[in-house]
Amino acid sequence: MSAQFTPSPAADFDVHAIRRDFPILHQQVNGKPLVYLDNAASSQRPSAVIEAISSYYERDHANVHRGVHTLSQRATDAYEGAREVVRNFINAADTKEIVFVRGTTEAINLVAQSYARPKLRPGDEILISGLEHHANIVPWQLVCEQTGATLKVIPIDLNGEIDFAAFERMIGPRTKLLALAHVSNALGTIVPVEKFIARAKQQGVPVLLDGAQGVPHSSVDVRALDCDFYCFSAHKMCGPTGIGILYGRQQLLEAMPPWQGGGDMILTVSFEKTTYNQLPWKFEAGTPNISGAIGLAAAIRYLQSIGMDRIARYEHQLLEYAQSRLRDIPGIRMVGTAPRKAAVVSFTLDRIHPHDIGTILDTEGVAIRTGHHCAMPVMEFFKIPATARASMSFYNTFDEIDALVKALHRTHTLLG
Amino acid sequence: MDLKDLYRDVIVDHNRNPRNFGKLDPADAHADGHNPLCGDRLTMYVNLDGERVSDTKFEGAGCAISVASASLLTEAVKGKSRDEIKALFVDVHALLTQHDANVDLSRLGKLAALSGVREFPARVKCASLCWHTLNAALAHADEPVSTE
Repeated sequence: MSAQFTPSPAADFDVHAIRRDFPILHQQVNGKPLVYLDNAASSQRPSAVIEAISSYYERDHANVHRGVHTLSQRATDAYEGAREVVRNFINAADTKEIVFVRGTTEAINLVAQSYARPKLRPGDEILISGLEHHANIVPWQLVCEQTGATLKVIPIDLNGEIDFAAFERMIGPRTKLLALAHVSNALGTIVPVEKFIARAKQQGVPVLLDGAQGVPHSSVDVRALDCDFYCFSAHKMCGPTGIGILYGRQQLLEAMPPWQGGGDMILTVSFEKTTYNQLPWKFEAGTPNISGAIGLAAAIRYLQSIGMDRIARYEHQLLEYAQSRLRDIPGIRMVGTAPRKAAVVSFTLDRIHPHDIGTILDTEGVAIRTGHHCAMPVMEFFKIPATARASMSFYNTFDEIDALVKALHRTHTLLG
Repeated sequence: MDLKDLYRDVIVDHNRNPRNFGKLDPADAHADGHNPLCGDRLTMYVNLDGERVSDTKFEGAGCAISVASASLLTEAVKGKSRDEIKALFVDVHALLTQHDANVDLSRLGKLAALSGVREFPARVKCASLCWHTLNAALAHADEPVSTE
């Protein structure tokens, strides 16, 4: 146990009871108890989510918004009920502002193509930061190629924080959109988005937040944030893969053309003229991911039953403990040292490549991510090819961090 | 899966002290290899004496497996003909990927130390990157000399 920091988990946070809700955590990997620390890539699911999905398929499945029969009605009620659960979770004003998409990536692409593309002219600028995941870079590069607009990148500093002074210099009359990560996936930096949004609003610039890493670990209120678009994925917050949310301010969504055409997004179709459906269905062409929406709603209910604030508090304790323990590893360099961080520790070990770390940890049952974390510009900024990243969730324990530390010592003995 | 099978002493040694590391200048041919998944990058240089590789070096950065594999490769191919190198790569590839590989380990010499990689499928690309890069360099050497 570290001398600097003694964990004192909140007495009311029974992590062992929580772990019983997650069947996947109770297994051996390579003969060792699984220590799952790759939550920023994808979290695990509690039984409540798995059961909600299987019970839907066992009893209620039919296509939505179509049949007059009972099952179709049940499926529609469950699907639209899930939308209300999401609305309430992020405190959006109306379910019209909640669009089901495949995930954060699709949500950002939708905004790039349907909101930005028709508006952008040569000389216009989109602002992003040097912290972004590829999903918040490439859709903007594509739309810039299509329109002649320019992508501008706000620099980051050596702590892994976005340079606010540089942002203030860069925003101006040419800026048509600001797109920022709420929380960095590669480094864990919690971006003080409130002040960026406030400054953007002075300029009348709409703001999109990539909330893939934000939503799972703290309560998010899109109206308090005053952002225009907020995008997130279910699979990083205990929900299923293949479903995510685009929140958009109603007024902006109303003005946007549909992104994909097909069934469900129309009111009437003739060969002369098709009229589009109302929000949010205008953006949901084709049979949607019904079970995904139901699973997401179950995940949200599960998270709310624990409480997002309690989750944030506990995860912060895990972070502080991990940071204090990792300091003892010979040759460690922490990458991303912002004062406000989600429970992510990204690091390198002197003379040991992250992939060797990942392989050695796996033989100890410890699952972490190694590589560029879909944020190659971040790696380039720190002049490293890759990092090892341990990302924690509320079902992780202090003992698991000890297991990580032990496995890292073993790595050092073997290759250091 | 035993880690000691992957990180054998030979591998650890060649990672810590890679042989033939650096730039070959002048070189008859060179090629860059990149594994975008891991970020491993290396450059293989070759000099040819007719059909034979008279000298080879590499530089770059990567994981222990990729660095050690490249280091072992340079020792193994020096003095060998293109056909001998081709045959060697077939053997190495079988060693890296097939459990029931019918490979004569005595022909492989120190390269046999890479046999543990096959227990770690995610790492096969790390070990084979240098071989693909060498092939690319030898293919370049086939091309007519550019005046540029």
